[in-house]
Amino acid sequence: MLILSLAGVTKTFGGLVAVAGVSLGVERGQIVGLIGPNGAGKTTVFNIITGAVKPDDGHIFFSGRNLTGLRPHRIVALGIARTFQTIRLFPRLTVLDNVLSGCHCRLNSGVMASLLRLPSQRLEERLVLQRAMSELEFVGLAEVWSSPAGSLAYGDQRRLEIARALATEPKLLILDEPAGGMNEQETANLMGLVARIRDRDITVMLIEHDMGFVMRVCHRVLVMENGSLIAQGTPREVRSDPRVIEAYLGQGED
Amino acid sequence: MAHFIEQIIYGLTVGSVYALIALGYTMVYGVMKLINFAHGELFTLGAFIGFVFLGTLSWGSYFGPALAIGLTAILVAGSTALAGHFLERVAYRPLRHSDRLAAVVSALGASIFLQNVIMVVWGAQYRAFNASLLPTVVWRIFGQSVSLVRLFVFLTAVIIMLSLYLFINRTRLGLAIRAAAIDQGAARLMGVDVSRVIALVFVIGPALGGLAGLLVGIYYGQINFNMGQMYGLKAFTAAVIGGIGNIPGAMLGGLLLGLLETLADAYVSGAWKDALAFVALISILIFRPTGILPERVAEKL
Amino acid sequence: MIWGNKSGVQSRSIVQVLSALGVGLFLALPALLAAGGLRGAPYILDLLSMVGLYALLSLSLNVILGLAGMFHMGHAAFFAVGAYATANLNLTYGWPILATLPVAALMAGTLAFIVALPVIHLRGDYLLIVTIGIVEIVKIALTNDIFGLTGGPNGLIGIARPVVFGHRISQPRDFFYLIWIMVGITMILFHWLENSRFGRALKYIKEDTVAAEGMGVNTTAHKLMAFVIGAAWAGMAGTIFASKMRTISPDSFTFGESVIMFTIVILGGSGHQKGVLLGAFLVMGLPELFRDFQDMRLLAYGAALVAMMIFRPQGLWPPTPTQYRLPDPYATKYPRGDKPC
Repeated sequence: MLILSLAGVTKTFGGLVAVAGVSLGVERGQIVGLIGPNGAGKTTVFNIITGAVKPDDGHIFFSGRNLTGLRPHRIVALGIARTFQTIRLFPRLTVLDNVLSGCHCRLNSGVMASLLRLPSQRLEERLVLQRAMSELEFVGLAEVWSSPAGSLAYGDQRRLEIARALATEPKLLILDEPAGGMNEQETANLMGLVARIRDRDITVMLIEHDMGFVMRVCHRVLVMENGSLIAQGTPREVRSDPRVIEAYLGQGED
Repeated sequence: MAHFIEQIIYGLTVGSVYALIALGYTMVYGVMKLINFAHGELFTLGAFIGFVFLGTLSWGSYFGPALAIGLTAILVAGSTALAGHFLERVAYRPLRHSDRLAAVVSALGASIFLQNVIMVVWGAQYRAFNASLLPTVVWRIFGQSVSLVRLFVFLTAVIIMLSLYLFINRTRLGLAIRAAAIDQGAARLMGVDVSRVIALVFVIGPALGGLAGLLVGIYYGQINFNMGQMYGLKAFTAAVIGGIGNIPGAMLGGLLLGLLETLADAYVSGAWKDALAFVALISILIFRPTGILPERVAEKL
Repeated sequence: MIWGNKSGVQSRSIVQVLSALGVGLFLALPALLAAGGLRGAPYILDLLSMVGLYALLSLSLNVILGLAGMFHMGHAAFFAVGAYATANLNLTYGWPILATLPVAALMAGTLAFIVALPVIHLRGDYLLIVTIGIVEIVKIALTNDIFGLTGGPNGLIGIARPVVFGHRISQPRDFFYLIWIMVGITMILFHWLENSRFGRALKYIKEDTVAAEGMGVNTTAHKLMAFVIGAAWAGMAGTIFASKMRTISPDSFTFGESVIMFTIVILGGSGHQKGVLLGAFLVMGLPELFRDFQDMRLLAYGAALVAMMIFRPQGLWPPTPTQYRLPDPYATKYPRGDKPC
């Protein structure tokens, strides 16, 4: 069953075509890698799926719902969460506060309930703390819950971003270069984490330049070049696809 | 009809003053992306320094009007430029790498500070310039009476603006200012000394603002310590109308606002005249934040 | 903080006892002054009432400026709407003052919603200039006797005193209590608001609006709501002001008043209620101690703003990270880390 599908999605920035009529589908429960040379339009595709960028043309469907033109917070509420290519935590707020931001869209207390601290609101606050702490345990950051997010090591900040995204209770999690800047040990841990996320029945889509990571973790791989999808299939298929080899060799990249 | 043309002339005169002040806002904003709230007070300062020489010392009666105004103009431009330079050094330079909010609040603080320094020095009451500074000559042009003082203000403002325009477009320094206004980082890579450009706009802008203050003093004959607030907000509006950061735009915006305001005053309601500028400002920011001119550099709000 | 981490629990209770003592002493002040037979007592109480009123205004501005990080310098406009709403209802329809309180809040909140809706997305400094425009337009409207409701430049005269449980509030001492009890209630309610889903959302918006939206926060709706709540509270402060002064005119609701509120929040500690309270005492109280320097008052605010931005941009008493009390089993498993990483 397809959880996400893009149909003819196009985006240009001031005459420059970033994404040119991309159509793709993502099966529920899979880990899907999106690879391609720099400037291929991968992050723009992610930005379009999450609503940060509006496509000029085409549609995005998620669980049968048309997402096109919805604002980012609505898309999060429907079950798509993301991390950012350059870490975008709230650095001055605590680790726990960061994860609580992800919980926001699953809470119901309104302004009046908060202003008057109604019993329902207090109960919800207790439950949300448990929920946030359990996500922190899941990524292994529970011990530093009260530290400012900006004081964490780089790899920990990446994991915190994942915990924050998981707190939104997504059905689809989108990771933009999750292993970027990580050392080998951290990358290995991250692979385990991604697999455990999938085990929670969360579909994962990720951009990653570390080919070893992609080949070992992903069920399927999509390859983009110059704004178009040029190949897709299992890691094995993609690796031997002549167009993919061409695209990467042409770039002179690994 | 005659009345209408008179209003146009009046509007252009007021507008040329707005334009002169607006240039200071637009240049600083272009280079530093900062609303220099204190600019209106530098304008007031210019008016009061003019008042010292033309009012208190009444240089007009010693040197004759032409020489007195010329000398005063040089002193006004010089001292407001100096004040602008100090302002940048003290209130803005330490904040060049901090939060945007910090710089804006500092600008506001500097504005409040300067306004009250002026009040402490010269008092809260209105101050009158020497009334008989310029002879009250009235010409008839196209059946319209145009007074010398009005023509003087308008022409002076236009000449100053033209000089600035030539400076910006024809000199290397002017090119550096334009480059820094478009992209500081890129300008730096191209070898532009951005710090020097910032120092420069904080000398030229205040000098123009100060001269505008002098013109207002000569034109209306009286000045007040807090007049910079209203003039400043209106000139800023003019800069936004013309597309902030855009030098010809600020000139055009100033003239346009002057006309609009004068016509509204004459034909709609005098009491609501001052509200018009703010309504124009808010509308422009909502509907066309890049200003009325065709956009050169798209800026994201 | 001063006692360090180990005795955290103990120091907390010491602080609590001390602050309770401070609040008690403050509330006993009118009685103490009366007992002391000080001739200046009514003057001191009056001054403290003004401090309280500005604390109320600044606490409401703090929701917008301090929590949500929106540069809003037109707060006097909403203060004015509340004051004029009360004055009209009282003078024309004979409403008792306290009955006008919700209407003042509603009117100010509604105006805030209408004016903020189109401009709420503007970037910081543009929002600032627009809010200055709003306060100027409101002042011009008041001066021009808009809808025949504002009495023009002279304003409205003869507003009644509030009556609380049959007791007519008119003495400085009465206003002192009325205003400071309102400040107390406000601080409690806003403290709850701050530490809730809504308050956290405002903090996320202040830190990084794009990231907040990306994590599922409806940033536009939350900013608007913050604006409306802040404005409604300023409207209620307007009610109190109108009945305290009995006469209101456009001169009380200028850009300068907005600057004072803005200064209090920035100086005290943007986003921190106690800091804002400190700011109100400093900005409103200190100049009174040096009355010979009345002229220097705004001059000093200006210089203080510049100096603060350069040397201590977070304010004199900035907020500390929210301390959550973890539910079990987490509380025992993960005692407060605070490890410097």
